Amino acid sequence: MVQIAADALGCQVKPGGLSGTPSHTAYHPRWYRERVSTYWWLWKWRYLKFVLRELSSVPVAYFVTLTLVQVHALSDGPQAYADFQRWMTHPVFLTLNAISFLFVLFHTVTWFNLAPRAIVVRLRGKRVPEFLIAGSNYAAWLVISAAVAWLILRS
Amino acid sequence: MAETIKLEVTRYAPERHQAPTSQSFEVPYRKDWVVLDALNYIKDNLDGSLSYRWSCRMGICGSCGMMVNGEPKLTCATFLSKYAPGPVRVEPLRYFPVVRDLIIEMTDFMAKLRSVKPWIIREEEKPLSEGEYLQTPEQLDTYKQFSMCINCMLCYAACPVYGLDPLFSGPAAIALAQRYNLDSRDQGAEERMGILSQHAGIWGCTFVGECTRVCPKHVDPAGAIQQYKLTAAKEWFKSLLMPWGAK
Amino acid sequence: MDISSHDVLIIGGGGAGLRAAIAVAEVNPRLNVAVISKVYPMRSHTVSAEGGAAAVIKTGDTLDDHAYDTISGGDWLCDQDAVEAFVQEAPEELLRLEHWGCPWSRDPDGHIAVRAFGGMKKERTWFAADKTGFHMLHTLFQTTLKYTAIARYDEWFVTKLLVDDNRVQGVVAIEIMSGKIQAITAKAVILCTGGCGRVFPFTTNANIKNGDGMALAYRAGAPLKDMEFVQYHPTGLPFTGILITEAARAEGGYMLNKDGYRYLQDYNLGTPQPKPVLRSMELGPRDRLCQAFVKEMEKGRTIKGPYGDVVHLDVRHLGEKLINTKLPFVRELCLKYQNIDPVKELIPVRPVVHYMMGGVSTNIHGATPLAGLYAAGEVACVSINGANRLGSNSLPELLVFGARAGRAAAEFASTQKESNGIILSQALDETKRVEAQFLEKTGGRERIATLREEMQKAMENGAGIYRTHSSLAEAAAKLRELQERFPSITLDDRSRTFNTELTAAVELGFMLDVGEAIVQSALHRTESRGAHQRTDYPKRDDEKFLAHTLIYRNADGSTHGDYLPVTITRWPPGERVYGQPAQAAQAKGG
Repeated sequence: MVQIAADALGCQVKPGGLSGTPSHTAYHPRWYRERVSTYWWLWKWRYLKFVLRELSSVPVAYFVTLTLVQVHALSDGPQAYADFQRWMTHPVFLTLNAISFLFVLFHTVTWFNLAPRAIVVRLRGKRVPEFLIAGSNYAAWLVISAAVAWLILRS
Repeated sequence: MAETIKLEVTRYAPERHQAPTSQSFEVPYRKDWVVLDALNYIKDNLDGSLSYRWSCRMGICGSCGMMVNGEPKLTCATFLSKYAPGPVRVEPLRYFPVVRDLIIEMTDFMAKLRSVKPWIIREEEKPLSEGEYLQTPEQLDTYKQFSMCINCMLCYAACPVYGLDPLFSGPAAIALAQRYNLDSRDQGAEERMGILSQHAGIWGCTFVGECTRVCPKHVDPAGAIQQYKLTAAKEWFKSLLMPWGAK
Repeated sequence: MDISSHDVLIIGGGGAGLRAAIAVAEVNPRLNVAVISKVYPMRSHTVSAEGGAAAVIKTGDTLDDHAYDTISGGDWLCDQDAVEAFVQEAPEELLRLEHWGCPWSRDPDGHIAVRAFGGMKKERTWFAADKTGFHMLHTLFQTTLKYTAIARYDEWFVTKLLVDDNRVQGVVAIEIMSGKIQAITAKAVILCTGGCGRVFPFTTNANIKNGDGMALAYRAGAPLKDMEFVQYHPTGLPFTGILITEAARAEGGYMLNKDGYRYLQDYNLGTPQPKPVLRSMELGPRDRLCQAFVKEMEKGRTIKGPYGDVVHLDVRHLGEKLINTKLPFVRELCLKYQNIDPVKELIPVRPVVHYMMGGVSTNIHGATPLAGLYAAGEVACVSINGANRLGSNSLPELLVFGARAGRAAAEFASTQKESNGIILSQALDETKRVEAQFLEKTGGRERIATLREEMQKAMENGAGIYRTHSSLAEAAAKLRELQERFPSITLDDRSRTFNTELTAAVELGFMLDVGEAIVQSALHRTESRGAHQRTDYPKRDDEKFLAHTLIYRNADGSTHGDYLPVTITRWPPGERVYGQPAQAAQAKGG
C-alpha cells in the first residue's frame, strides 16, 4: 500500500531504515575534512616531546650496536679492543655518544613516568599508587647502575 | 556597558563556503560564564544561525566538545575567565570532518564502538530468578574508571594517530572494550581480542598519551590501551609456548 | 520525498526508548524496530539522573511498603493498579540491567547496595555512585548495539505524527544533518521523549527537554494527563539549574537559611536530628521542601544572590572523605560549575523545575487512547507518580513502562497491516508547512530567545510552586499572546545543513502548546494536592478532585478538559504525614 501510494506521489520507498552514513542531498554537498599537516608534531611542545621520545629509539639502537661492536672487538683480541677504545676518544664519537646519552636518559625518564599507565598492580584489591610503580622503576635503575659502577670501578 | 570578551568562532556552511572561516563576536564577560554560555549568548542575541551541539550543561551528556584555543574541551566546563582578556578561539573538534560551524561528524566513532562489542558477553546467561551476579567493590573498581566514558570525542581530537590514520579504533572505543574485558561478569575478552589486536586496534597506538590528558572524566584511555597491549602480548606468548593449551 | 517504514518506531533514545527497543526486539525478532532521536542516544537526559533507582530487593522491605510510599508520596493521585505493577516489576528490571553490565554500587559481599532516599521509608534505592542515570543509559545503549534488528535514526527531529483512520501510522521527521524532510511510516509509534522542564526558567532539565513528545501527541488528538503537576527539586544551583542530588541530604546534609538555622523544622517536617532520619526534615518530600523555601523567602530569611534568592545546603560536617566516596559528583559539579568546594563552603541552592508528573495519558500497558500510539518514561503519565513523584522512582519507571510499552506496541504492530497511502499526502503537506513556516521564512521581528524567555517567566510567575486563579489566568493570557506572536519570529539561518535554529523554532512551538496545557490544567484544579499548590484553594478536595485531569486540544487550537477517576485498589486516601507524626504512627503501627 505504501509502495503504491509512494509511486503515485513520486516518492522513493526505502525499506528498513538506514545505512551507516547519512544520505547526501543537493542541500548537503560535502563535509570539510582538514588535512593533517606533515609538521603536526611542531604544534605543541607535548607533541614534540612525544616525537623526541619516539626518536630516542635511534640512539638506543645505536648504543646497542655499539655494545655489540665492543663485544666483537673484545673477542678479536687486545689489539682490536685497543683500536675500538681509540676510536671512541675521537671527538665525533664523543659528541655522538654524549647526544645519544642525553636521548637515552630522556627515553628512560619519560618511559618510567609512563610505566604506571601500562602496569596496574593490585594488592589486596587496592590499586598500587602510580608513584610507587614509577618509583620502583627508578629504584631498580639506581640499584643496577650502582652495581654496574661497582663492578667497573672496584679494580 | 559591562566588560566584554572577544570570541573567534569557526563558521562553515557547506552550501556557501569552500572552507571554514572565522568570525568574531563580542560577548559580555562574566566570571561564572563558560564558553558555552557565550555561544548561547551569540545564538540568542547576535546570530541565530550559529550551529553547535549542547544539552545538559553539566559535563555528562558529552555533546559540547570543541577546540578552545587549540585544546579539546567540554565548553560547558570551560570558564571564560581562564582565557581573559581573550580572544577565545572556538573551533570544531580536530581530526573529524566538519559538517557545519562547530559541528563534527561522528558516525565513524559509532561504528567503531559497535565493532568492539561493548556489551556483556557470556557463555551462559544466569536466569533473573537467581538474582544478581556477585561483584565485590574491588572487582567493580577494576573496570569502573573505564566505564566513565561519556563519548565526548575529546580524546579523538587529541590523538594525532587518529588524525593520520582514520582507521585507528581510537582511545574511547578501546577503553570501553577494556571496560567490559575487566568486568567480572563478562566472558567476551577472547571474542574482542580479534578486533582489538589488529594493527588498527591497540597496536596503532604509539602512546602519545594526550587522550588521557584531555579526558574530562579521567577515564585514562591511554592506560587502557597499554594495559591491553600487555594482555595481548601475554596471550601471544602463551599461545606460542603452549599451543596445545589454547582453547 | 523519501519514505522509510518500520513495524515499530520509537521516538526518543533515552532510558525508556532504548528499553522499549530491546523489548520489541526480544518479543518478536522479526519485527523491524527503529529508534529516532534528535540527539545521539547517549546524549539523552536520562544521563543526568544522579541519585538512584528504587526497587525492593533487601529482606525487611516489601512490595507493599514501596507501593504505599509511592502512593502516599503522590498524595493519592497515583493509579494503584499501575503502582502495584510497577513495584512488582521494578526489581527484575533493575536486575536485568545488572545482567547487562550496569555497574551498580555493591556491598562488601558483592550484593547490590541500597541507600535511603527522600520519601522512602526503607532503604531501597539502587545506585551507581552518583551517576546512576549515566550508567543506566550507557549500559542500555551499549546493549542495544548487540541487537542488529534495532535501526537508529540519530539526530533526526520529528515534527508531526501522521494520523489517519484514528490510528497513528508514522511520523514526519527532519534529518538534521542534511535538512532532508521525510516520512517514516510505522504500525506502532512509542513516544519516549522525556519531559518539558525547559518551559520554565530555572530547571535541572537539559536543553533538549522541550516537551516534544507531549506536543506531538497533543496536536495529534491524544489527551495529556495531570499536566498541572510539575515537580520542583529543592536543591538546584542557581543560574545553571544544575541539580545537587537528594543523596547529599540522604548522607546527612543540612538545609540552612540566612541565619544558619535548619528552617525545615518550622514546616511540620520533624525536629532536627544530627543523623538523617527517613521521611523527616531534609529527607521530607520534595514539594514540601520547595514550599518551605517560598515561605522562607516571604519571611525574608533567604540569602540574596546574583540570580535571585537562595538558601544554603551544608555538607561540610560530613567530612572530605565521605564526600569524596559517597558524593564525588556533587563535589565535582560544585567545583566545576559554581566554583565552590562543598568540603569547605556552603552550597547556594534554590528550587528548580525537575520533573513532570503529567504527560501523555497512557494505560498500564503504555497505550494512549489513540490507536497505535504508546508512551513511556517522563513523557507519559500512567500514572504512578500522582501529584508528586518520589525520588528514585523515575529510573525504574523508565524500565518497567519502557518494556511494557515495547511489548504492547510489538503485539499491536504484529496484527496491523501496512499503513495506508493517505498519510503520505499528509506527510507532503507537513513538509511544505515546515519549509514555508521556517526554512523559507522571510521577515518577522521576534527573536526566538525573546519569546522563550517571556514564556519561561510567565510560567514561573503564573504556574510556579504556588498558584492562584489570577496568576494562572495571567499566564494563560501571556501564552496566548506569545502564540500570536510566534508566527512573526525572525530566522537568521537559511542553511539546510544542521540548522539548529529551525529545530529551536519548532521546539518553541511545542513548548508554547505544552505550557498552555499546564496552565489550563492548573486553572481548573481548584484544590491543593502534592506539587499543585493553590493558595486560593489550600485544601485537598477528594470529593471533586480524586481524579486525573485530561486535557485535549481541539482542531481550532482551543482546549477542552475532562476528568478520569483514580484507580484505588488497596490504599484509601489518607493524610500525607512526614516528620514526627509519621514516626509516631509507624511506632504505633509496628
